Amino acid sequence: MKTKPILLSALGALVFGTAAQAEETITVVSWGGAYTKSQVEAYHKPWIAKTGNKIISEDYNGGLSEVKAQVEAGNVTWDIIDVELSDAVRGCDEGLLEEIDIVDIPAGADGTPAVEDFIDGAIRDCAVANIVWSTIFAYDTSETTGVEGLKDFYDLEKFPGKRGMRKAPKANLEMALIADGVPHDKVYEVLSTPEGIDQAFAKLDTIKDQVVWWEAGAQPPQLLADGEVVMTTAYNGRIFNAAIAEDKPFEVNWDGQILDFDLWVIPKGAPHKDAAMDFLKFSTATEQLAAQASYISYGPARRSSGPLVGLFNDGKTEMAPHMPTAEANLKTALVNDFEFWADNQDELNERFNAWLAN
Amino acid sequence: MAVTASQDMSAGQGTAAGSLTAADGTPLKQRLAQALFRSRMRAFMLVCPLLAFILCVFAIPILIFMSRGFYDNTYERFMPDSAAVLQKWDGGSEPSEEMFAVVAADLVKARSHPDKPVGKVATRVNRELSGTRSLITGTARKAKKMEAPFKDAMIKANKKWADLDTWQALKVAATTLTPAYYAAALDMQYTATGEFKAQDELRQIYVKLFLRTLEISLVVTLATLVLGYPVAYLLSTLPNRISNLLLILVLLPFWTSILVRTTAWIAVLQGQGVLNDLAVFIGFVSDDDRMSLIYNKTGTLIAMTHILLPFMILPLYSVMKTVPPSFVRAAKSLGATNWTAFWRVYFPQTIPGIGAGGLLVFILAIGYYITPALVGGQDGVMISNFIDNHMRSTLNWSLAAALGGVLLIFVLFLYWLYDRIVGIDNMKLG
Repeated sequence: MKTKPILLSALGALVFGTAAQAEETITVVSWGGAYTKSQVEAYHKPWIAKTGNKIISEDYNGGLSEVKAQVEAGNVTWDIIDVELSDAVRGCDEGLLEEIDIVDIPAGADGTPAVEDFIDGAIRDCAVANIVWSTIFAYDTSETTGVEGLKDFYDLEKFPGKRGMRKAPKANLEMALIADGVPHDKVYEVLSTPEGIDQAFAKLDTIKDQVVWWEAGAQPPQLLADGEVVMTTAYNGRIFNAAIAEDKPFEVNWDGQILDFDLWVIPKGAPHKDAAMDFLKFSTATEQLAAQASYISYGPARRSSGPLVGLFNDGKTEMAPHMPTAEANLKTALVNDFEFWADNQDELNERFNAWLAN
Repeated sequence: MAVTASQDMSAGQGTAAGSLTAADGTPLKQRLAQALFRSRMRAFMLVCPLLAFILCVFAIPILIFMSRGFYDNTYERFMPDSAAVLQKWDGGSEPSEEMFAVVAADLVKARSHPDKPVGKVATRVNRELSGTRSLITGTARKAKKMEAPFKDAMIKANKKWADLDTWQALKVAATTLTPAYYAAALDMQYTATGEFKAQDELRQIYVKLFLRTLEISLVVTLATLVLGYPVAYLLSTLPNRISNLLLILVLLPFWTSILVRTTAWIAVLQGQGVLNDLAVFIGFVSDDDRMSLIYNKTGTLIAMTHILLPFMILPLYSVMKTVPPSFVRAAKSLGATNWTAFWRVYFPQTIPGIGAGGLLVFILAIGYYITPALVGGQDGVMISNFIDNHMRSTLNWSLAAALGGVLLIFVLFLYWLYDRIVGIDNMKLG
């Protein structure tokens, strides 16, 4: 795991401004790459400037394993973690996370109370969402053109070549069903039946030989750039970053995109719980969420941040059409059903692994 | 031996000349025993720090963790009343009103518990039957308002309570000392009626992985032997000056980080890698049809063989060094062919080295984890990768413990077999 202390040198002078509060160093854990960078710019730096505290930024690949290990061993070193929705729910269920009281969350900049300001489902018992992201599929327009929708991702005749997919059943099963003709609003209904699961795996079978599996979010743009794959599923912000910030000819196809939240959670027994809570409140404020959206194309979880989202930090790219929540991109979108995954992930992971190994 | 001999002697003298005494009047036998005890204590004190260290950081943690494989009190700890009632249930008959009532009461209690254990219990039951997590957390929310008859109230809250499957999953989860995880580690299911049945075919994976792990380990051991034997022979016969130089070539990769060596193999073997480029360049394969040498079993075998090679060469070398070259010369002067001299005279003397190297490589290979994770792709991963998966992503530590337990038993069995066939004394590490 890569640890990278954020540069703090220039901020020493500000410490005196908040002398009442002792200086603390909190460990903020997130997904690395372009995503962590957007948080460093939008959350970490202003917070450090405001409070005089320090931040150690760590990267991880998702999942609750480290949190569970730390909490069970009674040696918690992380203070605040960026997790997916299903992990936030499961971690809360298993008692690994601190509960967060909704009244602690400040109202939006326009005065709307937090409960109404956040998108539905963005505030949970132990977690507060910062962004809406989605799993999409993307390709290199200099190599591949004429892609219509998810069906083409599975069409090896029309678009021969390798496909990149995340090495997990989540999102892959849903996308397989959509590609197989299941309407997007019926996906979880179908997936709840044994026949539906069989159908999804049968669809995955049709491209299994051609799949390159990725695990870290930074991999898919790299796979595309290296020409290792023709198309790949990816987190939309990563492709945006490669396409806009790094000028790669990548295009996102929004058909059957799967929306999900990323949320802040505080592990039970976090060493700097109060400072972490302060960071959580600060970073989920209207301005900070809007500011993050100018570094990466993830939608802010607060409604009041929407109007503040403008241009990308290159000063010319309009962010709105690149957001997963943009009207045009939502036509066949699917919202990740965390209850379904919390209930079925053990069984589906097992089956997915057995399927992979065979 | 020395102890018994001296004791016999003193005993013998004792009977011959009454009782011998030391200078201070105590019987000599007693003094001797004291002296021996002191020297034993001293020896024990010397190894004591190491013993304590091994016990504290190795033996005890392993035992504690392995106990998770058959001991899981999540359900019984937080819902003790219903656990007791479920234990008494035969697992096949219609669930009684009493069972409904006591589960509802336990859910109410668990919900008001400061640790909020409902989720933990739900996760435990969900491992036995998918879908019971939301059933339990959902019912727990409504349980407080329920009134008798609880059977109807609970089925009204969620119709899954009418299924026998749900109750059987609860009964299995309520068993604290449970074979369920070890059964799962062997692709079987432990049922509420106390039987074992085969896991659904589409979910069977572990037996296959154990066999694959065994296969990869055996192939790697054999490959390191075939590749390492001539190298070790060469090193042992060359003059010291040259062989020491060559030995550095063996040790240099040994001292390099495993990660570096594994990623170097990725660079060499991948689709657009050095080896494929070369093969395309000389026309061995066409550009569209590059060999897939990595992210599969081939990749795992190549990388592991390379990484484990020094563990074979070094014991072989140290044993071969001790074989006097005059033996082979004598055999030849007595009329043996080169082959006979090697096979009948030289080879048998190197068997302790083969035994040591083989066992070392095999035991290391069977638990290998990082290399298959990086280059194994789908069909080149081993059981240790799944232990890791259950530790890190599914958080099913009990199943990880059971898988580890099966692997440990398996290795101990192979060790026993090795001892019976080759003999553990017949092994020489240097």
